[in-house]
Amino acid sequence: MKKGTLRQILLITDGCSNQGEDPVAMAALAREHGMTVNVIGVLDENERTDSGLKEIENIALSGGGIHQLVYARQLSHTVQMVTRKAMTQTIQGFIHKELQSILGAEKEIEDLPPDKRGQVVEVVDELGETMDLEVLIMIDTSASMQHKLPTVEDALLDLSISLHSRIGQNEYALYAFPGKRKQVEQLMNWTPQMKDIHTIFPKLSSGGITPTGPALKEAIEAYQKKRSKRGLLEDGGYFEESGS
Amino acid sequence: MAATSKNQAANVPRGTRIRGKWNKQSYQVIKKLGNGALGTVYLADSNRGNVAIKLGIDSMSITSEVNVLKQLSMVQGTVLGPFFYEVDDWEMNGKCYPFYVMEYINGEPLFSFIERRGKEWLGILMLQLLRDLGALHREGWVFGDLKPDNLLVEGSPPTIRWLDVGGTTGMGRSVKEFTEFFDRGYWGLGTRVAEPSYDLFSAAMIMINAAYPQRFDRPKKESELFLMNKIEKSPLLKSYKPILKKALRGSYQNASEMRQELFSLLQGVKSGASNRSTIPSNSRVISRQKRQKPKKQKRSGWIETVLLFAFILFFYTLYLVGHVF
Repeated sequence: MKKGTLRQILLITDGCSNQGEDPVAMAALAREHGMTVNVIGVLDENERTDSGLKEIENIALSGGGIHQLVYARQLSHTVQMVTRKAMTQTIQGFIHKELQSILGAEKEIEDLPPDKRGQVVEVVDELGETMDLEVLIMIDTSASMQHKLPTVEDALLDLSISLHSRIGQNEYALYAFPGKRKQVEQLMNWTPQMKDIHTIFPKLSSGGITPTGPALKEAIEAYQKKRSKRGLLEDGGYFEESGS
Repeated sequence: MAATSKNQAANVPRGTRIRGKWNKQSYQVIKKLGNGALGTVYLADSNRGNVAIKLGIDSMSITSEVNVLKQLSMVQGTVLGPFFYEVDDWEMNGKCYPFYVMEYINGEPLFSFIERRGKEWLGILMLQLLRDLGALHREGWVFGDLKPDNLLVEGSPPTIRWLDVGGTTGMGRSVKEFTEFFDRGYWGLGTRVAEPSYDLFSAAMIMINAAYPQRFDRPKKESELFLMNKIEKSPLLKSYKPILKKALRGSYQNASEMRQELFSLLQGVKSGASNRSTIPSNSRVISRQKRQKPKKQKRSGWIETVLLFAFILFFYTLYLVGHVF
């Protein structure tokens, strides 16, 4: 049985976008394409800024994903947790629809007696463990993120440890924004292994621009390119049609 | 999003009556026992006596824990984790809070017990822990989030008990819940695939944590060497070094293997230090040890002798029987 593929965009940033398209709109567009947008805001140790917070929340909300603000040292744990949670959330959303088509609209999982819910949870667990996953990681490499990048690198390696412990297949792609010459730069094309990422981590462009919107737009295009490349041989899968 | 409802579930005042929507059982809250990521645990009074109630917000995650507790309750003969009673919903102020009811374990945190009763308890409680882990693994489960916070020492004779089994994962799947210090993935010393060696790594880290209550962060690289140094520098851990080393490297295939080595190591330590042996007070330990740990080198010789003897006895019996009839 083909179970389909979960598609996620993981945005790691530390602040507000200030160039190009509205990232919240781009996140909504990504969701229409059946992708989930998760956002992690990385704070400095003594930082308590609310400026970027609202945007981070709104991007994740309209992208159907999860957002989390963390201090750099908690990043590893957070990245893998957010990715996991978002997978579960997507699968639950799908199961929820299936349940409604069986039990009738307005029915929630909570309307089932507690003893029956156990079976639903088992199905969600099973899918979360066995479904294939594609994660496109977008890293904000603007000047203020510079000293946080080693931590980001650790967190991504940690993510790959968690995901590779699953039964399902994984693929990653890595992008940075702003890039050296363009707004968004591809650091790593789709690959099942996330190793040697320290060799490709950029030495970093400076400058104050944070083109989050264009970055998300690029992510959507990258996914579409991947899908068309895979061609007509393979059905696009089950889950991407669930975006309403 | 769930901030307000979370507060309500996390602050149920003493005396509140929680009544189940489906099973109609009612419970009176006595006090709050603790906060977890997925809910709040209360001590409550019921017609079963004192019970612990975990009140959550998300019915999926509560259900997930109930699945595990039910599975563990089915493990015959051994008490793994708190005994599970029932799962239900509580409706309050138009909101629905899922909860489950389990045995109340009135114990003492692992490290405070060791602090109070003496360091020699560390090894003994680890023997108990490894025995229970072995039983869990044989049932096809891995504890996952094994850490001191999830362990209590209860009763007399002191017995180690598992408090939170929410991280329990089916063998071969990926561990979803873990705590960095006790996670071999964090130390770069293995995957997060649920297998016996994952739990054994955590068990070794619990012992290290006993010597370093403040814990410590991982180094940039060479974390195995780094941990070995920590073991070497601690008077408490030094004697356990051989087994800690193997557990951290993932060399043990199962819990009983590690348990046997810890057991013989403790025997060595005890006979060297004093004549009073603490271990035989635990009868379960002894009986298992007798069954599972014949002396390795002499074993084949013994088996031959016994077999030979049995053969002779068998033929002699045949001869006798033949003679009689």
